[in-house]
Amino acid sequence: MYNTYLIRYGEIGLKGKNRPQFERRLMDNISRALGRVGRAKVSRVHGRLVVESEMDPALVLESLQKVFGIVGVSPALRLPLELEAVYAGALQALKDAVPGLRVPPGTPVTFKVEARRSNKSFSKTSPELNALVGGYLLDHYPGLQVDVHNPAILVRVEIREKNAFVYAGDVPGIGGLPVGSSGRALLLLSGGIDSPVAGWMAMKRGIEIEAVHFHSFPFTGEKSLEKVRELCRLLAGYTARIRLHVVHFTDIQKEIQMRCPEELRVTIMRRMMFRLSTKIAAQREALALVTGECVGQVASQTLESMRTISMVTDLPVLRPLVCMDKEEIIKRAQLIGTFATSILPYEDCCTLFLPRHPATRPAPAEAAGAEEHLAVEELLAGALEKTVTEDIKARG
Amino acid sequence: MTVREVYLDNSATTRPYPEVTRAVAEAMDENYGNPSSLHRKGVEAGRAVTRARETVAASLGVTGNIIFTGGGTEAVNLAIKGLTPGRRGRHVITTVVEHPAVLNACEQLKEQGVEVSLLPVNQTGVVDPEQLRALLRDETYLVSTIYVNNEVGAVQPLAGIAAVIADFRRSGRRVFWHVDAVQSYGKLPLRPRELGVDLLSVSAHKVHGPKGVGALYAAPQTPLRPLVAGGGQEGGLRSGTENVPGIAGFGVAAAVIIREAGGTAEKMRVLKKRLVEGILAGAPGAVLNGPTCSDDDSYSAPHIANISFPGLPGEVLVHALEQHGVFVSTGSACSSRKKTGSHVLKAMGLGEPLITGAIRFSLAPVNTTEEIDYAVEKTLAVVRELRLLYG
Repeated sequence: MYNTYLIRYGEIGLKGKNRPQFERRLMDNISRALGRVGRAKVSRVHGRLVVESEMDPALVLESLQKVFGIVGVSPALRLPLELEAVYAGALQALKDAVPGLRVPPGTPVTFKVEARRSNKSFSKTSPELNALVGGYLLDHYPGLQVDVHNPAILVRVEIREKNAFVYAGDVPGIGGLPVGSSGRALLLLSGGIDSPVAGWMAMKRGIEIEAVHFHSFPFTGEKSLEKVRELCRLLAGYTARIRLHVVHFTDIQKEIQMRCPEELRVTIMRRMMFRLSTKIAAQREALALVTGECVGQVASQTLESMRTISMVTDLPVLRPLVCMDKEEIIKRAQLIGTFATSILPYEDCCTLFLPRHPATRPAPAEAAGAEEHLAVEELLAGALEKTVTEDIKARG
Repeated sequence: MTVREVYLDNSATTRPYPEVTRAVAEAMDENYGNPSSLHRKGVEAGRAVTRARETVAASLGVTGNIIFTGGGTEAVNLAIKGLTPGRRGRHVITTVVEHPAVLNACEQLKEQGVEVSLLPVNQTGVVDPEQLRALLRDETYLVSTIYVNNEVGAVQPLAGIAAVIADFRRSGRRVFWHVDAVQSYGKLPLRPRELGVDLLSVSAHKVHGPKGVGALYAAPQTPLRPLVAGGGQEGGLRSGTENVPGIAGFGVAAAVIIREAGGTAEKMRVLKKRLVEGILAGAPGAVLNGPTCSDDDSYSAPHIANISFPGLPGEVLVHALEQHGVFVSTGSACSSRKKTGSHVLKAMGLGEPLITGAIRFSLAPVNTTEEIDYAVEKTLAVVRELRLLYG
């Protein structure tokens, strides 16, 4: 049974002096992720990250595949220091690695054994081990061929002080940087398909996100808020918890409805959302805003709109989806697991508020003019006062 | 800050009576045997089921032939899909204002090559028995009609339909009649035997009983095949260990129906009239859908009032009212992907703004005059405020 997992982390390897800090954060994140499903120990051994756990390997791998920063995981067998055990282990590791290969049927599976011995008191040397284990595998697995240059499977044997380790497979991780290693940003989470994907991609680059959602009860109901909570829960599966700020947006919506020109309502709404987000970001020491905006999908997402809307904030606005096609975004949402929840039909913005002909190229001066009759600062203060913060934890 | 609660969504579900809850808890705690067991725990549990069965039967004026199911929807499905068509049966008639349980069960029949005809309704939501007469033919083996429509409370002319079906049967043809009585049970008198109804579906949670239990009355000689196969409970027609707590609770709710017999219907009718008149008087433009209150009352259910506020979205009204503790429902939920509107209101010929702004108030015997006045006050306030914003 696999009970040891060697963690490969790619990009971090590039950061010379920051390496220990990233490693620590990655270890923390791994511990937290595994801690949700069972017991595991995470440690640094000989310059590598190792996870030890007696849990079902499928559970361990599933959890590890949701930790940003991991490039690959090699499940390993921890064996007694006996040749027979190493043989058996190598055979099992080889068999388990075969299904993951993309070999055309009928062609032989190629392999190579690479042994390393840090325990010099073991009876065989590394080259001897290579030959012996290789020979054993050839004898016990049909259709196997040695290829020392470009093997499909690399069977690794490590002889250490107390145990031998054998591993052959490599399960790909999701890559990226450990969440939290890049600082904090505020995600404008609407409940649609795009914003959760944007949040996920920000997390992938190590950004810790907190979510902000604009709720206009009674124009939107509890169900749409539940949907947003569920999306946070799903995203939290990749970190541990997501803090959600639910802003009371009703009064602002009503004011915009009554005092602003119809075609600019959406523009002004978005500007108010950006202003509110900026204030919350300041409170939470977040360094940027993240949105699911993408060029060209709806009226508020033309370049003119983006400029007129984001000029109300001085924070960088990260738009991970800005140049992705809708299809790509949907595929990504499906992979992440947020798509099914996003398409539940609980609207986050009542159609009552949508203008019949929204302005698609609002100029900054127009927008400022439209806000003339709004008591902006007062409205912002009022909405923030009634903001409720919730900590959403991942499932399990 | 406690907001008072005025629950006016009784067509969706009702709050169980305290005595029902007690009966359910007692059955769970003490009478936990499996009625199929041979020992006395089983016998005792079986007795509870029998008692409940007798009470439900009595509430329908029959002496037996009650099959307990997992709810009204399951009873409807058993009636429609469990009925064997006989050699010539290939045609089923139902109406456009049926509950999705009936409509979708009929859709499934279509997959087996059965033809389904839909009777239309007039603008108050009522069918014309003469149109049924015109549709009946040799291959018709089932007519399924809802008694009280859950959305607008229109009461179908059962007597008229009974007469048409009796005529058809007199000519020697064999047709079965199913009535979906889920919304009418406990509110209007139900006497299937006298009307010649072969199958009747009822649900416990609409009459202050527990959720998850219902019943199908099947007249003797009605050829039914079970939908759920298993150990043969309910005379083989609905296998599965009986939901003793649910059935016990159902029995208690049925006993209340027998006890009250009509008194509560009158009380609700008066309250409903007060609610409707209060709202129509105070909200200009508001429209009552379906039969009016002052009509020949036989066409309008005593507990349902469907009122449209043209131009205002139903779902927003529901949420705005819930903020004041008033709970109602709407057939029109907000969704930019697929605007759902009531198929019943559409069948009645209502236009878009009326369909979008339709709110259903459904009363229960426990509602008081004070609660109704509160609901009227808050409804008018909410409509006023929304009109200020949207005209």
